[in-house]
Amino acid sequence: MYKRDIYTVLENKKIAKDVFLMVLEGDTQYITAPGQFINILVEGFYLRRPISICDWDDKTITIIYKVVGKGTEAMAEMTAGKKLDILTGLGNGFTAQEGSTKPLVIGGGVGAPPMYGVAKHLIEKGAKPTVILGFTSKDDVFYEEEFKALGCDVYVTTNDGSYGTKGFVTDVIKTLEGYDYFYTCGPLPMLKAIAGATECSGQLSFEERMGCGFGGCMGCSCKTLTGNKRICTEGPVLVKEEIIW
Amino acid sequence: MVNTKVTLSGWELDNPVIPASGTFNFGKEFADFYDINILGTFSFKGTTKEPKFGNPTPRIAETPMGMINSVGLQNPGIHAVIEHELPELKKIFNKKVIANISGYSVEEYVYNCQLIDKEDQVGIIEVNVSCPNVHGGGMAFGTDPKNVYEVTKAVKAVTTKPVYIKLSPNVTDIVEIAKAAEAGGADGISMINTLLGMRIDLKTKKPIIANKMGGFSGPAIFPVALRMVYQVSHAVNIPVIGMGGVSSAEDVIEMMMAGATAVQVGAANLVNPYACKEIIEDLPRVMEKYGIKDLNDIIGIA
Ligand SMILES: Cc1cc2nc3c(=O)[nH]c(=O)nc-3n(C[C@H](O)[C@H](O)[C@H](O)COP(=O)(O)OP(=O)(O)OC[C@H]3O[C@@H](n4cnc5c(N)ncnc54)[C@H](O)[C@@H]3O)c2cc1C
Ligand SMILES: Cc1cc2nc3c(=O)[nH]c(=O)nc-3n(C[C@H](O)[C@H](O)[C@H](O)COP(=O)(O)O)c2cc1C
Ligand code: FES
Repeated sequence: MYKRDIYTVLENKKIAKDVFLMVLEGDTQYITAPGQFINILVEGFYLRRPISICDWDDKTITIIYKVVGKGTEAMAEMTAGKKLDILTGLGNGFTAQEGSTKPLVIGGGVGAPPMYGVAKHLIEKGAKPTVILGFTSKDDVFYEEEFKALGCDVYVTTNDGSYGTKGFVTDVIKTLEGYDYFYTCGPLPMLKAIAGATECSGQLSFEERMGCGFGGCMGCSCKTLTGNKRICTEGPVLVKEEIIW
Repeated sequence: MVNTKVTLSGWELDNPVIPASGTFNFGKEFADFYDINILGTFSFKGTTKEPKFGNPTPRIAETPMGMINSVGLQNPGIHAVIEHELPELKKIFNKKVIANISGYSVEEYVYNCQLIDKEDQVGIIEVNVSCPNVHGGGMAFGTDPKNVYEVTKAVKAVTTKPVYIKLSPNVTDIVEIAKAAEAGGADGISMINTLLGMRIDLKTKKPIIANKMGGFSGPAIFPVALRMVYQVSHAVNIPVIGMGGVSSAEDVIEMMMAGATAVQVGAANLVNPYACKEIIEDLPRVMEKYGIKDLNDIIGIA
């Protein structure tokens, strides 16, 4: 029943331009699926900051976040030992698709972190995911090696061609064959482009501004073909066929 | 031992702490965090006749010490509330609840209140008059004393349970509106609803909220709410449920000193799902600290 706890920052380091990796120590029993998120109370700010879970084990949670405003700026200043009030295990997360053995796992920018947890989970389930990571430029690239270390084939794209394939993740998807499903998280235009670039079914993770993160305020609702859903509770992951673009 | 019990129109509550409408949904989400039977009661999500999806997103913006919401009364409609939400609530909550009712015409308020009045699980009907009147050019009912009087009278004529009118603070003279509700036969006043607010995203140079403006609430509005509760409770002879920015046991006591008989807690539940539990547990300590033996002794004492 208890989903809020105090977590301790173990590590907080810069891993790319404006992008930080934070490891938190505390109770992880409420995390049940990759693609779930946590909601962090940052001192001096009224609403919590929702951040996806990149990876977790018995007592630690790893998150990767980009500094985009004052709240994430304050997070970037935090050092080891800092205590944080966090809600964990929020959202539905991704579900391994029955029968899919060769899925695509696609992350765009800071949509890449939750896809690490997804790739790891799929491999444990016996699938062999191919990973595509899309970034703006070379300085933005992170986690390529970590995905490779899981044993995945990894493609990296940059919009300006300064690293990897020049273009968008969909430019790589076009060149691939034999995949049977996809899982993705990233900016809305990317999600839309992916859904249009393949006949395959898949799961896509969405963002919305949140009042609570646990279903209390109806601040994050969207319409789907399977009814109204709260991005924080029935989402953030939706199935391609139910999405109304 | 201190006494935290208060009475609203003959209904005795274990304590004056009540989650506010729209910040507690129909209770289920919070029952995942704690046993909600410790609450005085709670006010369920604003309910209209038809199911409503509400406004486009983004619906939420942060402010210093508060938030703006433009949820737009997303709710399953009065029939689904009665057939589905109330039976579900019964499984997790053994007290009566406050039914928060919205409407876009006098007829809709009457329809909804008449139906909800039949439900044993409902202790008080809280009529939210901050909705736009479709027959009145879209102006909120709550901004015109004549409309408030009319809605109150019409609802009272078809109900047996206590009716509390929930006032909008977006008016020139809230006392005048409260008096109109009282004259219409209201059993009590709930106040305040959210203040109209706005934020602009410096990057996009556009309002953050899709509907441009929304309801501003949270600790930032506490002094405004407190002032209005003080003014209204001194001008009417019916009980006032005070709300607006309440986040601690100290705030509850301050609101009661201003004249509130009970207190609702809104935005605080969203930021801290245990907010009401913590306030209730802290209340006896804070009462003792200030030498308060019985909360009823401090209502309107300021
Ligand atoms: C389910 C979910 C998972 C997310 N996962 C990640 C992640 O893994 N890594 C990462 O870097 N970012 C992630 N985000 C985005 C992250 O929440 C925002 O970048 C962050 O809240 C910005 O806070 P700020 O104070 O720096 O920005 P400000 O713009 O100053 O924030 C002001 C308010 O707007 C909200 N806000 C601003 N941008 C967003 C946004 N894109 N989505 C939701 N709320 C926003 C803030 O939470 C805050 O309430 C996720 C968002 C959601 C909804
Ligand atoms: C997300 C949200 C949704 C709300 N929905 C309703 C509603 O449906 N009906 C209503 O009467 N008030 C609604 N309110 C107003 C609150 O009940 C309360 O009057 C107001 O927020 C002031 O209290 P607070 O500062 O403690 O939040 C809503 C407030 C919030 C923050
Ligand atoms: S953020 Fe409150 S319901 Fe989703």
